[in-house]
Amino acid sequence: MPEDLKVSNKVIMEKVSKPYEIPFVNGLKGFFEEVTQLTRFTFHFFKELVKPRYEFSEFVRQAYLIGYKSFPLVAITGLILGLVMTIQSRPTLAEFGAVSWLPAMVSVSIVRELGPTIFALIFAGKVGSGIGAELASMKVTEQIDAMEVSGMNPYKYIVVTRVLATTLMLPLLVIVGDAISLYGAYIAVNLKGDVSFNLFFLQVFKSLDFSDVFPAFIKTFFFGFAIGVISCFKGYNSTNGTEGVGVSANSSVVLGSLSVFIIDMIAVQITSMLYS
Amino acid sequence: MKMETTVAEITHLRKSFGNNHVLNDINLKINQGENLVVLGKSGSGKSVLIKCLVGLIEPDGGEVFLFGENIAGLEETKLNILRKKVGFLFQSAALYDSMSVRENLEFPLRDLKSKSKEETGALVIEALRNVGLENAIDKMPSELSGGMRKRVGLARTLILKPEIILYDEPTTGLDPITSREISQLILDMQKKYNTASIIITHDIECARITANRMLIIKDGIVLAEGTYKEISESKDEWVRSFFN
Repeated sequence: MPEDLKVSNKVIMEKVSKPYEIPFVNGLKGFFEEVTQLTRFTFHFFKELVKPRYEFSEFVRQAYLIGYKSFPLVAITGLILGLVMTIQSRPTLAEFGAVSWLPAMVSVSIVRELGPTIFALIFAGKVGSGIGAELASMKVTEQIDAMEVSGMNPYKYIVVTRVLATTLMLPLLVIVGDAISLYGAYIAVNLKGDVSFNLFFLQVFKSLDFSDVFPAFIKTFFFGFAIGVISCFKGYNSTNGTEGVGVSANSSVVLGSLSVFIIDMIAVQITSMLYS
Repeated sequence: MKMETTVAEITHLRKSFGNNHVLNDINLKINQGENLVVLGKSGSGKSVLIKCLVGLIEPDGGEVFLFGENIAGLEETKLNILRKKVGFLFQSAALYDSMSVRENLEFPLRDLKSKSKEETGALVIEALRNVGLENAIDKMPSELSGGMRKRVGLARTLILKPEIILYDEPTTGLDPITSREISQLILDMQKKYNTASIIITHDIECARITANRMLIIKDGIVLAEGTYKEISESKDEWVRSFFN
């Protein structure tokens, strides 16, 4: 047998004897490894959350940076969302002579689904990328190692405070964002009509009930938690130096946004089961 | 006769990253008040060695003793107590970007509940005075030069009055004058606090100034050991090449 054929046969045999080296299998293995690590990382969060010492001042600082500093973006997006949603819906409702239903339709759409999802996606983009990049650069510049070596608990100081802040701040941002969206809707309604503030919001609150508001509010805690955990996980376990910082920031946003949709899908199923 | 106390010991240390066998069989011992310089080419595992010493990297084999305690399998709380007796000056100084110089120095003191705010402040000032940077107390790390960052890093390392200080390439990236100042500072700290130090470097001038004893690492093993003079006069051509 020619020498080069012997070599290629050897390569094929190695591939067959090591199926895990096939790219697809490798990718699948990597995926499950990552899911396992993320699960461990999440359990570690709960373990550290209840254990003293409590980093309250760092939590307040993170809540300010994550919550308060995201407010302008959420406010602008909320106003535009309310305006656009109302302007786009009006012609369709007008065809059926149902323009008076506009406040009810817009408020249910925003409060139930659009508000939580859109604000969570914006939050994943702004806060998730920030946390991912910050933690990754802390890792690259050995700041996390420096904390560990000085006998501190970097996980508690860095991860617990940030995840807690994202979990508690996103619901607050969504409430404020929803309110501003509804105000945007009120402005849009008045662009082509004349509805008083009181009448508009009377119709809004009449159309909303507990099953609209409560599940939507609860799921935002899960959105915030998922965004926080994923971005901290990606940043904290960043590799490959400065290149890894970009990768961590990017994957924090992508996976954070994806998790928002997955949680939303699950939340919708649970809600429809409970309230059907 | 002065009694020699061993503060750290490493026996048969092995560490690999995939197929790259970085440390094959490293043995070393360091006594109180001694400056041990570890010399070797870039990528020879010098930094890995000191990271294994503080449990930042888990070795594949061998044992690491800090103050007589084997750190393998030590629970986190106990390891953290030992770590408080060890100072680590990172190559990049690893200052916390989001904190001012004052906050960087206060950070390791947070667990010392017995210290009042005034006492903490006094310790910060003392540490900064030791490195000649008391005027930089309210600056942010981004406002500091490379040499100043190293000095602040050293001040942060010194603030807990560690018994061992691990220096990871303390003079890398600095000009010769600042390098000499940092080397002199290492020596001053040894004299003032009687700390043991492991200095990882490939800067011969730094080694000359600071070393009581030297180790040369090649291919994951200790190739030569001795004083600066003994090593510089080694018969091994590869060892001597560091000094040319």
